Amino acid sequence: MENFEPEIVAFCCHYCAYTAADMAGSKRLSYPPNVKIIRVPCTGKVDAIHIMKALLKGADGVYVAGCLEGDCHFKNGNIRAAHRVAYVQKMLNDIGWDGERVEMITMSAGMGERFAQTAKEFTEKIRQLGPSPAKTAAGQAAVG
Amino acid sequence: MITAEQKPMQEIINCIAPYDRILLVGCNECVTVCSAGGRKEVGLLASALQLHFLKQGKTLDIKEVTLERQCDPEYVEELVNYMDQVDAVVSMACGCGVQTIAARYREKAVYPAVNTKFMGASERQGIWAERCQGCGDCVLGLTGGICPIARCSKRLMNGPCGGSTKGKCEISPDVDCAWQLIWDRMKALGIEKRYEEVMEAKDWRTSRDGGPRKIVREDLAS
Amino acid sequence: MKTESRLEKILAAGHMAVTSECGPPRGALPEKVKEKAEMLRGCVDGINVTDNQTAMVRMSSTAACIIIKQMGLDPILQMVTRDRNRLALQSDIIGAYAFGINTMLCLSGDHPRFGDHPMAANVYDLDSVQLIQTVKKMRDEGKFQGGADIANAPKMFIGAAANPFADPFELRVMRLAKKVNAGVDFIQTQCIFNLDKFELYMKQVCDRGLHEKVAILAGITPMKTAGAARYMKNKVPGMDVPDEIVKRMEGQPKEKQAEEGVKIAVEAMQRIKEMPGVRGFHIMAIEWEQKVPEIVERAGLLPRPEV
Repeated sequence: MENFEPEIVAFCCHYCAYTAADMAGSKRLSYPPNVKIIRVPCTGKVDAIHIMKALLKGADGVYVAGCLEGDCHFKNGNIRAAHRVAYVQKMLNDIGWDGERVEMITMSAGMGERFAQTAKEFTEKIRQLGPSPAKTAAGQAAVG
Repeated sequence: MITAEQKPMQEIINCIAPYDRILLVGCNECVTVCSAGGRKEVGLLASALQLHFLKQGKTLDIKEVTLERQCDPEYVEELVNYMDQVDAVVSMACGCGVQTIAARYREKAVYPAVNTKFMGASERQGIWAERCQGCGDCVLGLTGGICPIARCSKRLMNGPCGGSTKGKCEISPDVDCAWQLIWDRMKALGIEKRYEEVMEAKDWRTSRDGGPRKIVREDLAS
Repeated sequence: MKTESRLEKILAAGHMAVTSECGPPRGALPEKVKEKAEMLRGCVDGINVTDNQTAMVRMSSTAACIIIKQMGLDPILQMVTRDRNRLALQSDIIGAYAFGINTMLCLSGDHPRFGDHPMAANVYDLDSVQLIQTVKKMRDEGKFQGGADIANAPKMFIGAAANPFADPFELRVMRLAKKVNAGVDFIQTQCIFNLDKFELYMKQVCDRGLHEKVAILAGITPMKTAGAARYMKNKVPGMDVPDEIVKRMEGQPKEKQAEEGVKIAVEAMQRIKEMPGVRGFHIMAIEWEQKVPEIVERAGLLPRPEV
């Protein structure tokens, strides 16, 4: 447990969070290598099933990073994403998991610092929550 | 369409807890349209159940199938090859689908994962509302295309009652007064006069009150 | 005469009729029924007995009517279509008539959601208009709703409610006409506080000649406190309490509010008496039955005529 390094999946919108991650890189701002970025054309493209599958495949935490409210390139994809994340959070609570393993985060393309900061914070939060129940349980062999 | 809503997760979990191998069956018709039991919801429920049982240390074997139409024996037949690989069936279709499976696969337990709600229409994305009670003797032609049986809280045939306030029903400001809607529609159609004709006591035999109903089309049933 | 109803006789003789009501107790307490009814002796022509009012279980209206009838008074059987199908409704009508009850009021009833059994099935096999038709058919044709003959058919004087203040207003008179078409004999209205609106309603009723086909009794409720006035204004569906009435109540110190409420009621009755088409009053003094004799007297309607 002491050596627990969370595996985090971040669905990042091409127009904001993904660019912000790029900027963080070019500014040489460090953020935890735990975060695996998946680029999406808009967070509106992220469905509940994508988040669930990430958890099923062993992710300890998942976040969806989209544009600031009102700034979505496709009008309201980020709002839809926020609703879906809330839906998954409730579903996780209902099955005895912790809804906090999933989160919606917003930022603009210029916010390299915010990207690095939220990556750090979310990784820490998941570190506190501990490894995914899917990993700790005897059923680990089935994962994947 | 027939609308449905997923049951509370805990209720579904309790039903399938004794089993290791589950066949989760969706339906491509109404429950797909009302986002309760189509392919997408089957995938979500399957993953949620797997996550739940993983935490309990159990690997749940879930097979996902979404049939074209679960209330039709022809399509339900497609499940035949799965039956010796599963311990129980969970259906995400309306009650008609659940019963078609139960009738065909008598030796296999089948559990509903949704509560079938009502015959309704989509008001807008994500909102469905009741429109028909299947009384078996449609009166929409007399009431301007708005059903007093499905939409008046007291199914009054000669409404509105004294509780109609600002176009809303006495039971809730979120419910439209069906008779206000009927009246507005009668005015729009210029048939206000018809309002004063008393609608006689309804013959409920054509409804559920007459016992379970059946339609037989001799020309097709051969 | 269609019936033996005292109310029918009073109206036929051209008198202003007065009715009041009492709600049966929530328990097997016949003394409670007698106590309330006794307060009304000699000052009304009929006593409405409510039927599971506000969808709360109470002693059955039929049973309480029988108790009141046996006291030598004139009960009016209220019947809602919410709780019973047409079999039960008709058998209760025959049962009540077998005990000499000859006047009734046909209602749809409050939705169960408001009561103490919100989980109850909601019957509504008939609605209030269809119940009027049913009772009329029983009386005039001697037949059940289903068509079979009745041995010694019940002769009921048929009443119904009307709310001149519910929405849509333009439909209120048409709805009354519908009840007249169905065969209603008398109407008791919702409590009237907005006299101007009621006057407008009555004018429309008279313009259509409906007042000649049905006797309209104006609903009167004396208010006990300013709080009650505010509650009725804001919380009761289909109730129209003008601001000036609430202000008048609020303008009085607590101990004088009850008297002010009675005064408002009596003044309303004085004015309504003069409105063409009004044939009497229905006084709903909820849990305040003891005030009814005083109100009737101050409105100049005592003693009640012998018929």
